[in-house]
Amino acid sequence: MGFPEEVLEHVFSFITSHTDRNVVSLVCKSWYEIERWCRRRIFVGNCYAVSPAMMIRRFPEVRSVELKGKPHFADFNLVPDGWGGYFYPWICEMARAYPWLEEIKLKRMVVTDDNLELISKSFKNFKVLVLSSCEGFSTHGLAAIAANCRNLRELDLRESEVEDLSGHWLSHFPDSCTSLQSLNMSCLSSEVSFSALQRLIARSPNLKTLRLNRAVPLEKLSTLLRRAPQLVELGTGAYSAEIRPDVYANLTEAFSRCKEVKGLSGFWDVLPSYLPAIYSVCSRLTSLNLSYATIQSPDVTKIITQCPNLQSLSVLDYIEDTGLNALSLSCKDLRELRVFPSDPFVANANVSLTEQGLVAVSEGCSKLQSVLYFCRQMSNSALTTIAKNRPNLTCFRLCILEPRAPDYLTFEPLDVGFGAIVEHCKQLQRLSLSGLLTDRVFEYIGKWAKKLEMLSIAFAGDSDLGLHHVLSGCDSLRKLEIRDCPFGDKALLANVSKLETMRSLWMSSCSVSLGACKRLSQKMPRLNVEVIDEQGDLDSRPDNCHVEKLYIYRTVAGPRFDMPSFIRTMDQNPTYRS
Amino acid sequence: MHKCRGESGHHPVTFIHKENKSPKSCPNPNLLYKTHFPHKQINPQKQFLNSITRRKIKKLAGKSRNLPGNQETWIYLCFISTRGMDLINFEATELRLGLPEIKLTTSPVNTNKRSAPEMEYSSRSPPPTKAQVVGWPPVRSYRKNILQGKKSEPEMGSGMYVKVSMDGAPYLRKVDLKVYKSYGELLKGLEEMFKCIIGLYSEREGYKSEYAPTYEDKDGDWMLLGDVPWDMFLTSCRRLRIMKSCDVIES
Repeated sequence: MGFPEEVLEHVFSFITSHTDRNVVSLVCKSWYEIERWCRRRIFVGNCYAVSPAMMIRRFPEVRSVELKGKPHFADFNLVPDGWGGYFYPWICEMARAYPWLEEIKLKRMVVTDDNLELISKSFKNFKVLVLSSCEGFSTHGLAAIAANCRNLRELDLRESEVEDLSGHWLSHFPDSCTSLQSLNMSCLSSEVSFSALQRLIARSPNLKTLRLNRAVPLEKLSTLLRRAPQLVELGTGAYSAEIRPDVYANLTEAFSRCKEVKGLSGFWDVLPSYLPAIYSVCSRLTSLNLSYATIQSPDVTKIITQCPNLQSLSVLDYIEDTGLNALSLSCKDLRELRVFPSDPFVANANVSLTEQGLVAVSEGCSKLQSVLYFCRQMSNSALTTIAKNRPNLTCFRLCILEPRAPDYLTFEPLDVGFGAIVEHCKQLQRLSLSGLLTDRVFEYIGKWAKKLEMLSIAFAGDSDLGLHHVLSGCDSLRKLEIRDCPFGDKALLANVSKLETMRSLWMSSCSVSLGACKRLSQKMPRLNVEVIDEQGDLDSRPDNCHVEKLYIYRTVAGPRFDMPSFIRTMDQNPTYRS
Repeated sequence: MHKCRGESGHHPVTFIHKENKSPKSCPNPNLLYKTHFPHKQINPQKQFLNSITRRKIKKLAGKSRNLPGNQETWIYLCFISTRGMDLINFEATELRLGLPEIKLTTSPVNTNKRSAPEMEYSSRSPPPTKAQVVGWPPVRSYRKNILQGKKSEPEMGSGMYVKVSMDGAPYLRKVDLKVYKSYGELLKGLEEMFKCIIGLYSEREGYKSEYAPTYEDKDGDWMLLGDVPWDMFLTSCRRLRIMKSCDVIES
C-alpha cells in the first residue's frame, strides 16, 4: 500500500475491535508493523496462552490490558485452589514496560496486595481497575490503589473475593481525588467510614456508577443520593430499616431527584414497605438487579410493571410464573432475563416457577436475546415453543436443578427441545444444557449450532459420539466445558486439530484416560494438556486410568511452571514418555 | 463391608472386597478403582440399573478374582438413599455401580477453600434437603450465602452478639441474638444467664417481675423489650440492659 505510515495509523485508530485489529495485522508485513506499534488495547482470553514478554515484545505502546485466568467452572468450585491464574508475572513485566498503562481488567485471576501496590505506584496515568471474580487480595491493597492513583476513574471489584480487614481503605482516597466516575464495592462486607464515603461522592462530579455494599444502611442512602443526583447506575446497600416516616420520605425525595438513573441493583434484606421509594425512577430504568431481594411475587411484580423501558432483569425465582407473565406484558423492550434459584438445594419446589414463566416471556418480549433460567421442570414442547418464539436468542442457559431430569410431561429426554433451540436460534452464541440428554442432542447441536462459541454440558450424553458431534460440527466453538459425562478418548483423539481452533476445553468427571492425554499432547505441541488429579501420585498411574479433571488450551507460551503438585502438563516430547 | 461417605451423592458407600481381604488391608480405600466391564460405558440409565440385583453384584465380586492382570478388584456399590417411589428418576433403583471417576472419601472433599460444606451423610430416611453434588447447581457461592441468611438457622460463623448488662451485676455478658427465634426464647436465655426471673411481657403493663428487660435501639433510646415485632427488634437492637423494675420510668 502506498500510504505513509501516519495515514495508516490514523485509519487504524478507528479500528477498535480486537478481531478486526488481528485481521489488519495479517494483511502484510508493513501493516503488521504499523498495527503493532499503534495497538492500544489488548485482550488475552487465557492468561496462559501467551507470555507477558511476548505480548510486550509485539505491542510496546499498550494502554489497556484485559486478562482472564481460571476456567469458568472455577465459579462453581470445580477448579481446585492453587490452580493458577496469577497476575504476578504480568504486573512485574508491565510495570517495567508500560509506564503509561491506564487500564487493567482482570477476570478470575489471583491478585495480591503487593500486585495492587505495584499497580498503584507504576503507572502515573492509571485510570481503570476492574477485578471481576478475582481473589487473593485484601482491603490493604485497595487502600494502596485509593491512596496512590491520582487520576483514578474506575474501581470495580465485581464479585471478587476480598479479604475484608476493615472499611478503612476508602478513607485513603485523598481530598485531591475528584476524578472518580465508577465505584463498585458491592462485594465487600466491612462498613466503610460513612463520612469519608460522603465526602468522596461529593467531590466526584463525574460519578456515574456507584455500587454500595450491604453495610451501607438504608437510612443514610438519601444523604448519598442527594450529593450525586447525576448517577446513572446505583447499587443500594441493605434495603431495610426501622419503619420510620422521615426515613421513607427522605429516600423517596432523594430518588425523585435522580433523573439520570437507568440501572438499579443491591437490594439486600429488602423490607417491602420501602420499595415504593424507588417508583419515581422506574419509568427510566433499563437495568434492574433484584437477585438478592428476597421479596415475594406481588412486590416484584409491582416494581416491574412500572418499568416499561426495562432491558435487563435479574431476579430470584420468587417472581414465579405470575410475575414473569406480568413481565412479558409490561416490559416489551426486555433483552436479557436472569432468574436465580432462591433455594437450590431443596428437592421440592418452594416457589411456583415453572417452564411456563419462561414461555410467557419468550412470547411477550420480542427482543429477548439472553436467558439464564433456573427451574425445576422443563418439557420438550416448552423448549420448542420458546425456540420458535425467539429465533433471535444469542444466549440460552437453562439449569434444571435436578441432574438428568427428563421432560416432566413425557419422561423423554430433552434432546428434541434443545434441538429446536439450536435449529431455530441461528445466532446462538452461548448455550448451557441440563436435564436428561442423550447423544442425540449433540447430533442436533453439531448440525445446527454453527455460530455457537461457548457450550456448557453437565450430566449428559451416552457415549463418545456425543462429544464427537460437537467437536466436528460446531464451527465457531471457542470454549467447551463438560462435567460428569461419559465422554472419553475416542472423540478427543479423533478431533485433535479442532482443539487448536478453540480457546479451551474443560472436562471433569468424564472418561478420559491418562494415556489419551499423553497421546493428545504428543500430537499437538501447541496445546497444553493439563491433568488435574488431587488423589496424588500421577506418575505412578497406569495409562488406562481415568483422569479426574482435564484442561486443554492452545498456547504459544509452552507449558506453564506455576502449577501445584496435583496438576501436570502432559509432556510433548515422546522420548521422555514415562 | 467397609462404609464410607461417597462424594457425588453423599450416599452411603459399600466396598465389596476380595475374599479374605479386610478393609484395613486395602492399600488406600480412596484410590480410584477399575470397573470390571472393560470397554462398556457404565450407563446410568434406569434399564441397566434395574437389572442389577444384590445377588448379581455378589456374583460379579466373585468373578472379579478371575480377571487377568493385576488389577484391583474393588467393586463398590452406591446405595442410593431412598427418596420415595420416584420411578422416573433412576436414583429410585436401589443399587447402581459407581463410575470410576467418583471419588470415595471418608471426609468431605474440601481442597477448595471456597466450597461450602456440601457433603452431608444421608441416612436411609429421605433427607429434607436435596442431595448435593460439588458445583451443582451452578450457583456461585456468594449467592448461596446471601440467601442462607434468610433461613431461621443461624448463619455459619457470624452471630449477632450484643452486650447485656444487668443492674447490680459486676460484669457484662454477651448474647448471640441470632440463636433465638422469639422474645420468649431470648428471655428464657437471659433468665438462665443471670439467674433471675423476668417473667412474661404484657402490652399494657410491661413486666410484672422485679426486673424489666430493655434494649438500646439505633437512635440511642432505651426501649422495653417486647413492644416491636421480633424481626424489627433484631435489626434495631444495639445492646440489652436488665433494669430493676423500680427504675423503669413509664413514658
